[in-house]
Amino acid sequence: MRRRQSGDTLVLIEAQLTASQRGLTMAETAASGNFKVIGTRPVRPDGVDKVTGRAKFGADYSFPGMLHGKVLRSPHAHALIKLIKIDKALALPGVKAIVTSADLPEAENKSEQAGEMAVNPRHLSANILARGKVLYDGHAIAAVAATSPHIAEEALRLIEVDYEILPPVMTVDAAMAPGAPILIADLRNKEEGDKPTNVATHYQFKRGDVEAGFKSADFIVEREFNTAMVHQGYIEPHNAVGIYNADGNATIYCSTQGIFDVRLLSSQVLGVEVGKIRVVPAEIGGGFGGKTTVYLEPLSVLLSKKTGAPVKLTMSRAEVLRATGPTSGSKIKIKMGATRDGRLVAAQIWMAYEAGAYPGSPVGAGAMTIVAPYTVENFLIDGYDVVVNRPKTAAYRAPGATNAAFASETVIDELAEKCGIDPLDFRIKNGVQEGSPQVVGPPYKRIGYLQTVEAIKNSPHYKSKLTGANRGRGVASGFWFNAGMQSSAIVNIHPDGTASVVTGSPDIGGSRASMAMIAAEVLGIPMTDVRPVVADTDSIGHTDVTAGSRVTFATGMAVYEAARDAARQLVERAAKAWEKKPEEVELRDGMLHTKGNGVPPVSIKQLAPRFPRTGGPIVGRASLNARGVGPAFACACVDVEVDPETGKVQILRATVAQDAGKAIHPSYVEGQMQGGTAQGIGWALNEEYFYDAKGILRNTGLLDYRMPTCLDLPAIDAIIVEVPNPGHPLGVRGVGEVSIVPPPAAIANAIYRATGVRMTETPMSPPKLLKAILRHRSSAANAKAAG
Amino acid sequence: MATVVIPSLLRKFTGGAERVAADGATLRELIRTLNARFPELTGDLVENNEIRPSIAVSVDGEIATSGMLEPVRPDSEVHFIPALGGG
Amino acid sequence: MSKKTLVEATINGEATEFLCEPRQSLLECLRDVLELTGSKEGCLTGDCGACTIIVDGRVVDSCLMLGVEANGKTISTIEGMAIAGQLHPLQRKFLEHAALQCGICTPGFLMSAKSLLDRNPNPSEADVRYALAGNLCRCTGYDKIVRAVLDAAAEMRGCGAGKAATR
Repeated sequence: MRRRQSGDTLVLIEAQLTASQRGLTMAETAASGNFKVIGTRPVRPDGVDKVTGRAKFGADYSFPGMLHGKVLRSPHAHALIKLIKIDKALALPGVKAIVTSADLPEAENKSEQAGEMAVNPRHLSANILARGKVLYDGHAIAAVAATSPHIAEEALRLIEVDYEILPPVMTVDAAMAPGAPILIADLRNKEEGDKPTNVATHYQFKRGDVEAGFKSADFIVEREFNTAMVHQGYIEPHNAVGIYNADGNATIYCSTQGIFDVRLLSSQVLGVEVGKIRVVPAEIGGGFGGKTTVYLEPLSVLLSKKTGAPVKLTMSRAEVLRATGPTSGSKIKIKMGATRDGRLVAAQIWMAYEAGAYPGSPVGAGAMTIVAPYTVENFLIDGYDVVVNRPKTAAYRAPGATNAAFASETVIDELAEKCGIDPLDFRIKNGVQEGSPQVVGPPYKRIGYLQTVEAIKNSPHYKSKLTGANRGRGVASGFWFNAGMQSSAIVNIHPDGTASVVTGSPDIGGSRASMAMIAAEVLGIPMTDVRPVVADTDSIGHTDVTAGSRVTFATGMAVYEAARDAARQLVERAAKAWEKKPEEVELRDGMLHTKGNGVPPVSIKQLAPRFPRTGGPIVGRASLNARGVGPAFACACVDVEVDPETGKVQILRATVAQDAGKAIHPSYVEGQMQGGTAQGIGWALNEEYFYDAKGILRNTGLLDYRMPTCLDLPAIDAIIVEVPNPGHPLGVRGVGEVSIVPPPAAIANAIYRATGVRMTETPMSPPKLLKAILRHRSSAANAKAAG
Repeated sequence: MATVVIPSLLRKFTGGAERVAADGATLRELIRTLNARFPELTGDLVENNEIRPSIAVSVDGEIATSGMLEPVRPDSEVHFIPALGGG
Repeated sequence: MSKKTLVEATINGEATEFLCEPRQSLLECLRDVLELTGSKEGCLTGDCGACTIIVDGRVVDSCLMLGVEANGKTISTIEGMAIAGQLHPLQRKFLEHAALQCGICTPGFLMSAKSLLDRNPNPSEADVRYALAGNLCRCTGYDKIVRAVLDAAAEMRGCGAGKAATR
């Protein structure tokens, strides 16, 4: 980083950094370069465990006398369960217990707050063990506990189920058609009154007069987009070990994004008080939103209760794909208009998302993000949450936003082309900034959208020339809200002056490092002197999920406050020893100083051994419901080469710029940006849930559900933009999600420049792209012949 | 009086009005005032004297973290928006 | 229940005996019988590489090999990579480059990378990407993994701290 005096202002010059840095105490520290720890790239505290195989992930736990569980799953997409016979399976030697929905209490049909989302306990329970009806291929029906996983698997084959098969409803079109088979008999929405329906919710967002807007437009583009259902694709399958004790208390060891959510949801499903369940976080092998709910956890407790032994369940990859929570496929009809000089004036959008078997697709978020980067004076956006015979969807990295941006960012590219304006300049011209209204109404606070677009515009990538046949370059932008919610943190000062930081946020991507760094910065001690701990549900205050890009933001805020609390106590302790007022003492660089002349400074290391004789232990604490969430924007540039004979797309180069607010550990920020981009590329080019006519998933392995390997991807350049979030003491926004949003549209735009074909469906896989190229060629030839 | 921005699909309950002025120092008081004027409106927003779990309330651009006890100022702008989850 | 077989193998340099059922994969034996849980199960079909080990000098997905097939073989797993508490340069470089996020795929990547560097001490970026194409990582986008392997190779060749590959 270079620095230059400009008048009396210190100006930061970094290719990536275009932010103004005023208005924040700690951010001012950042601007003056005075952070000692934040912004550096130390080795993560849990690193050695992770590279030596010592880290314990959920499936690595075992206990004396432990049994193994397996789940029987529906081979049908839509069927009534007439009868389940378990006697033959129970008679198999080694089988200890079998449970079905008859072993679960009736759950209430209502909407209840659970972590990030509203949850309907009846739907949750029926998804864990089907009650009377199966709604998708892979829907759980029964669970077996046996002395080995192989015996449990054999027992599954001995369970007899009589089904009455019903017609499967696989798409939003089929589900919304008049007379469509109904999935959930008592599902109603506000507009259709008492009529059974597959449409759970209709969302609408409106601004201005959309008809008048289109009248003022010189160019209008109208297209329909379809995106396929895709999976988060975490490498670690779901797992749980449940131990039910004779005293009625239960412990669950599992890999989850939210231990408190597992506790609450398991208590709802099992009908057990929350206080009787303890959830211990194992290391977690990826989640991306998919591990924010429960599948196996309540079953492990139920089977443990029935057998008296610890029970471990793990999913196979096929079970993960068939029966966990992918994200919605969608249909989006979009019409947007711009004036000749490149001003967006109107947008009319209809979007329907597959919720899966139970309501709860991210279509609301899709609707709120689809034009979020732009100041569109007039819009009308309708979103529909539609149940279909597919697994109940779960969150996936900026849920709903990627589908939406695929549609809007492609149409914006087309409008920019019609206006004869560079696609990045078009975005800058219409881009939101501080004070612009959000889709839902309130104005944006300080945001860094334009800075991300400028960063791409100024990148070596965008400035380079792309040459060669069948090659094209595309750009696209993305928006995500980020989340606040509840977090707690404890900072303990040890007798040797080192510290531990205790939080309840499972570390999914290196957050132990950023938590330790924040505490070290506040206390003024080296990061290696801070040991971060992820505690269980009985050992730390409530902390919401590791999701919504919220850990560094909200738990980081709690750690910051807890460290300040500890620092305040250190100051008071030293003041007492020195017979001074606390205001006369300050903590600086790990040393306690008296202001002005006085006692020689004392380090925390010197003070800490004396805690027992000066008033007892020092423990800093903070619990909060975080306010001041700062939204995230990203902009990506992708170069592709299309093989016109096969339709295969090779990514030649990719660059992503994202506003981090403040990057605590820049390497892990880049990692989030690169990982999100890679997932976006997979979504764009290969990944899809492929169901046959009977509604059976045909690609249940990772050979056929093909995610990008390192041979499929180029180096991904990550440009961190830092426009501090005024709502966070360190300027943090959160970086986990938004980078997944731009790639599909950026790739579609690149394919257009390479081939002249506008792709309107994902995945843009070889067969689909080849078909589009051939169609394009023949229509071009026809036009030539006609001309 | 605070300004309440009515969600598009609920404007039928306010005679089409998009922005409604209402008194109240907290969300609870505000909703009580709204309920007196537009009895059909608040059922979609509130249940058992709590904001519905599917709804988030934004007061001056900040998502409310204290539910019905969230303070509202006389010049506040209040929006009801769908709650959403992240990955 | 089928009868168990006694298997004798050298695992991480130690002569090891274990009992296994004919249907148990080597991965299952490593994890559940020998408690070497560093090798991970991601798919059981040889597609993800999280269970990668080295058998008689070759990279193997241990989920695709039966436990009984290990008889007489020399096997290296992630648990044997650091020697006497000293991290292998690959392990160190993975940490320095932040080449892991969740860490579930890391043992498999390290074993594949070690096998590559054992064969080819001076790989190109393309060589690294080719050698690691059998390992899936969903977190990192591979960028930092590739850089870490190139940097470790440079260091092992004695090219200083391998600055060329660091950002």
